[in-house]
Amino acid sequence: MSDMMDDMEEGGEGVVKKFMFVNRKAPHGTIYALEGLEVVLISAAFDQDVSMVFVDDGVYELIKGVNTKGIEVKDFSKTYRALEGYDIEKLYVEKASMDARGLTEDDLIVDVTVLDSNEMANLMAEQDVVISY
Amino acid sequence: MKIGIMVSEGPYNHQASDTAYLFARNAIEKGHSVPRVFFYHDGVNNSTKLTQPPQDDRNVVNRWSKLAEDHGVDLVVCVAAGMRRGITDDILAPGFRISGLGQLVEAGIQCDRLVTFGD
Repeated sequence: MSDMMDDMEEGGEGVVKKFMFVNRKAPHGTIYALEGLEVVLISAAFDQDVSMVFVDDGVYELIKGVNTKGIEVKDFSKTYRALEGYDIEKLYVEKASMDARGLTEDDLIVDVTVLDSNEMANLMAEQDVVISY
Repeated sequence: MKIGIMVSEGPYNHQASDTAYLFARNAIEKGHSVPRVFFYHDGVNNSTKLTQPPQDDRNVVNRWSKLAEDHGVDLVVCVAAGMRRGITDDILAPGFRISGLGQLVEAGIQCDRLVTFGD
């Protein structure tokens, strides 16, 4: 923070913004989901109003019964259950994304709020910062 | 307006870094400020001075360095993503520095907009 540019010094302390992290990718195949989760955990330390959204293949990040032994990569699906411990409790899933993949809330490892596409759009419109990957 | 930028793809393979650079340069020319660009995921690969593109192509890395030199843009490379990909202090091009993800969150808090470039 000490390296922050001068013109960014003002108004940094105490500001609470609505941060939304949009998870659009399957948990494996690319690194976006894993590295994205790292930003979410860091954001918790900044006392921001954080929400996570799962759309498109991103809904696969939350499915039960993941086993990565066969592809020899780290299984980080348990991390989603630990989010509550970081006070990240606003998890939203788009219904159309689940429907398209034959998934229901029962298939997911965490409690989520299911939104239709219009509700999701409205929620996104309310945010100050949307980080998508 | 203060605009923060995140770049999440590497150079040449993907247009994200080019588009982010053009966006940043034009925003500055129009009177906005771009205090920080944060390089994440494969975007960290934009920071290495070891790249040697052909003479007749644009130099993605050097363009970022020049933007930092001319306009004081803070070019921050994520330490964790960088370590995974072999990006260390001794191969950084001028103007880049390695730091943590907190710098991205901080840019989101302090800038009026945070614009992400990637897939």
